Amino acid sequence: MTLYSFIFYVVAAVIVASTAVAITRRNLVHAVIYLIFSFFGTAMLFYLLGAPLLAVLEVIIYAGAIMVLFLFILMMIRTESHQELMFPLSQWLPAALFGLIYVGVGFLTVATTPGTEITLKMVLATPREFALYVFQRQWFSVEIVSLLLLVALMGALHLGKGEKKNNGEDEV
Amino acid sequence: MIVPFSHVLMLAGILFLLGMFCAVARRNLIMIVLGVEIMLNAASIAFVGASVRWQSLEGQSFVLFILAVAATEVSVGLAIIVYAFRRTGSFDPGAYNILR
Repeated sequence: MTLYSFIFYVVAAVIVASTAVAITRRNLVHAVIYLIFSFFGTAMLFYLLGAPLLAVLEVIIYAGAIMVLFLFILMMIRTESHQELMFPLSQWLPAALFGLIYVGVGFLTVATTPGTEITLKMVLATPREFALYVFQRQWFSVEIVSLLLLVALMGALHLGKGEKKNNGEDEV
Repeated sequence: MIVPFSHVLMLAGILFLLGMFCAVARRNLIMIVLGVEIMLNAASIAFVGASVRWQSLEGQSFVLFILAVAATEVSVGLAIIVYAFRRTGSFDPGAYNILR
């Protein structure tokens, strides 16, 4: 067991543990903070797997922008006064059971598929190589994604603006 | 040498299942969107692992586009959630029955 595999297993354990803690919190702010831990671990994993640019983007976009957006929404709206109703145990226990069966079957499938036992080698895709690849081979996808971001901006603006108009006037 | 490819896939599978559990079992719209985020994150871990396995940059460029889709989904989703909260005063999906 090399140092790299040791780092991988430690980071993987931290990611799974912090995500598991996050999805069971009642307090939404605590859940978001634990998820930030999980995304930092994912960034370290990306760095270990030879994607430094993606590691940086993961920290900036996921742990930075998206989680801060969640925190903004949570602070705009008082959520403490709204008690969350959980489903009764008898309702989600079968779902969890079927999910665990699928995990077992998935692990068996992954373990028995030829080619998955290959040990990954250390590689490094420098940001320069990666950027050249994206803008030479995938330029059309980049254009589509920019269009998607524009549509999302217009959609969010429309939703926010329509609400203000409704507040000013009477209910239509 | 890092780890076998199967371990990366298993980690991604566990994370995906945790996100799916969060999206299905919680009754709070914000937690549902967080679950979708966790699922997208798991998918990008699998993509980066596959990119190392096949020594190709396509997996990494997919992760770039997953990041863009996640940011889009969160911005529009949270705008819709805030709108729905102001209309009904609740985050519970079961409370959205004003059409009844």
